[in-house]
Amino acid sequence: MFASLSRDRLRGLRAVIAGTLFLLGLMPAARALTASEAMAIASGDTDARIAALHRAVQTPDPQLAEYLHKLLNDEVQIDGDRVLVQRGAQWIDLATGQAVTPSDNAQSVVNNNYVRKELASAQAALDLFAPTSAQRLKAVQRLQADPTSVDRALVEQALRSEKDPAILERLKLLHAAILLTGPNAAERLAAAKELAASNYPAVRSLLLSRLDKVDGRFVEPDAAVRAQIQSSLDAIDSRLAWGERLGTLFSGISLGSILLLAALGLAVTYGLMGVINMAQGEFIMLGAYATYVVQGLFQRYLPGLEHYALIAAVPVSFIVAGGIGIVVERSIIRRLYGRPLETLLATWGVSLVLIQLVRSLFGPQNVQVDNPPWMSGGLQHRWRSPAHRGVRARCQQPYAVCARRDVGPDR
Amino acid sequence: MDRRTALKTVGGAVAAAAASTLSFPAIAAKKAPIKVGILHSLSGTMAISETALKDVDLMTIAEINAAGGVDGHMIEPVVVDPASNWPLFAEKARQLISQDKVAAIFGCWTSVSRKSVLPVLDELNGLLFYPVQFEGQEENKHVVYTGAAPNQQAIPATEYLMSKDGGAARRFFLLGTDYVYPRTTNAILRGFLHSKGVKDADIAEVYTPFGFSNYQNIVADIKKFASAGPTCVISTINGDSNVPFYKEMANQGIKATDIPVVGFSVAEQELAGMDTKPLVGYLTAWNYYESLKNPVNAKFVKSWQDWVKKEKLKDYPVTDDPMEASYIGIHLWKQAVEKAKSTQVDAVRKALVGQKFAAPDGYTVEVLENQYLSKPVYIGQVRADGQFDVVWKSKGLVPGQAWSPYIPKPKNA
Repeated sequence: MFASLSRDRLRGLRAVIAGTLFLLGLMPAARALTASEAMAIASGDTDARIAALHRAVQTPDPQLAEYLHKLLNDEVQIDGDRVLVQRGAQWIDLATGQAVTPSDNAQSVVNNNYVRKELASAQAALDLFAPTSAQRLKAVQRLQADPTSVDRALVEQALRSEKDPAILERLKLLHAAILLTGPNAAERLAAAKELAASNYPAVRSLLLSRLDKVDGRFVEPDAAVRAQIQSSLDAIDSRLAWGERLGTLFSGISLGSILLLAALGLAVTYGLMGVINMAQGEFIMLGAYATYVVQGLFQRYLPGLEHYALIAAVPVSFIVAGGIGIVVERSIIRRLYGRPLETLLATWGVSLVLIQLVRSLFGPQNVQVDNPPWMSGGLQHRWRSPAHRGVRARCQQPYAVCARRDVGPDR
Repeated sequence: MDRRTALKTVGGAVAAAAASTLSFPAIAAKKAPIKVGILHSLSGTMAISETALKDVDLMTIAEINAAGGVDGHMIEPVVVDPASNWPLFAEKARQLISQDKVAAIFGCWTSVSRKSVLPVLDELNGLLFYPVQFEGQEENKHVVYTGAAPNQQAIPATEYLMSKDGGAARRFFLLGTDYVYPRTTNAILRGFLHSKGVKDADIAEVYTPFGFSNYQNIVADIKKFASAGPTCVISTINGDSNVPFYKEMANQGIKATDIPVVGFSVAEQELAGMDTKPLVGYLTAWNYYESLKNPVNAKFVKSWQDWVKKEKLKDYPVTDDPMEASYIGIHLWKQAVEKAKSTQVDAVRKALVGQKFAAPDGYTVEVLENQYLSKPVYIGQVRADGQFDVVWKSKGLVPGQAWSPYIPKPKNA
């Protein structure tokens, strides 16, 4: 089961890190990363690599943190018995620090997902004590998504030394997630209560796993703790349900608005002119392709401003679609006023012509309009309950800013 | 006229005819070209995947013609566009066989397109080389299956995802496009997962139509499903729907280390048009990757890159498994025609079984009795540059199984 899996890893990591943590406090790490350690982490059987990683993390040092960072970015190669790391455009031999040219036998280090997860957790654990608060925040967010991978004593030491209140709040939740599997029932009860504020799927998963039965007995032996876990889970789920309702509502409005635009156009055309426009969809398509062209032009001639192409595309696509509409009206529709069936047939023909025109100009495959960064990503909306617990609903909408449920870490 | 004049005239004509054959032996001995049909969608939702197959077919045919053709006969390709329209596949196949009189057809991608073409092949005794991974459960004697069967792709991928290296998944989100291939593959996978003790509550099955692009709610559902235990997503999405699905996964911040995703219809061509940095670690399972290092592959990749440049193609200069399978298929057909000394379908079929070819995947693949191939299995992981790193490979060749042991075989098969 999930709980026992994480327990094995916890045991392994704990056994290796816990014993030497006092050394961390007593003296600075004097030993630098050796080439053989680097080789052991970068090559060989997965389990052996993870074991070498755990051994190396015992004496954290900036060189190890940098090495882990390079491993995660695919910037490490093995050339025979040398470990090469990329710095800028050069490859540096880790043992000597000299720039070398990799031979033809040089193999890039491949990290499967299991290894990458362990590397990321180890890096995050090291980064809990990084100098900048941005790095520490990122580290604690990473660990909150995988709370069983980090050692308790390490987190407690970070709690003592952390000054930033936002990071401190997250560290407390992380600590609670770790305490949830600890030996002390009172601590587990307090932890379960505190975790009602968390939004991480890993935490919800952890809470659920405590309510599982193994061999007929509950994983969580204390009944009071189980009750608290259940009420925390209910709180999390009801919060998520609201986010989901908001999300569904917004998706509905967003999708409906496109249909609304098309229907409004059709209604206005028929109401004002008596023309049933079978080419309505094609005119929308022309506007979309005009946007694609404007974005392409910006990327080619104004690369610095390409994120604002969408703003420029609004009047351009209006003019293009309107212009083609004027041409169609002057040439075809003008002769057919008062004859709705003929305009139906004529506009259907226009739609075929427009489809083939676009296909000839742009090719038959679909093309993409990219979201500019100011339209992607998330907006955090935070409101506080009387108990001062932070609740976050995050939004992800390429077209507009909105509120929507998202079960996941904040970014 | 009198006998003398008649004899002179006839004798003169015969002499002239003999002289003409003597003077122009090359022209008299020239062999007739052999026509083959190329049946791939060049427009519509499947064009993103199939246009490159048409182009690699043309490249392979040019390569074979430059090396002397099929026993001296040049191959003449006949290209048609069935436009991702399944009934049109059947019409075009009929046109190729009965009007253009092609000796073989290289084509199709989706299983529904292949199923549409089967009745035409049966009626007109055609031969189709099908280069794409699919759901199996078929053993039609008019089709040579050069793509992966489920036991050469889907089952090894699921086993890897359940292993520790793959993320030790306990819950499975099966997401696919709504047609026969994903539905059958998911039925096989469900049978396989049951055999491994996975309960139905830990398996979710969701289908989207062709061309679907609004994956926000589905990705949110994936996250919700994953909050109850370590989950993996097994994606049988086909066509350009893969692009918005992966974009949405990246938008919602799902990393491969949180929820591993394996896509069975995503390869180098589909990735070449996407931003692959957020997709690092996403998995695929194929019998070939461009990043494989061996001399046959080096030559194959170089030929393709040169061809893209020479023909000024819009395809990306990357190779992928269906392209390699198309390449293998045309060479196997050529070898079978040369062995049978005929392009007649029944003779070629007999000569095909047992044919071997040194493929760019690094192995010598072989055509089996059931007209499937024995192929190696690789599991690849997306790299930031859009290529794949191999994280697992099978021990040698895996023979393609037509009928999966995990679902009941249909009675009339």
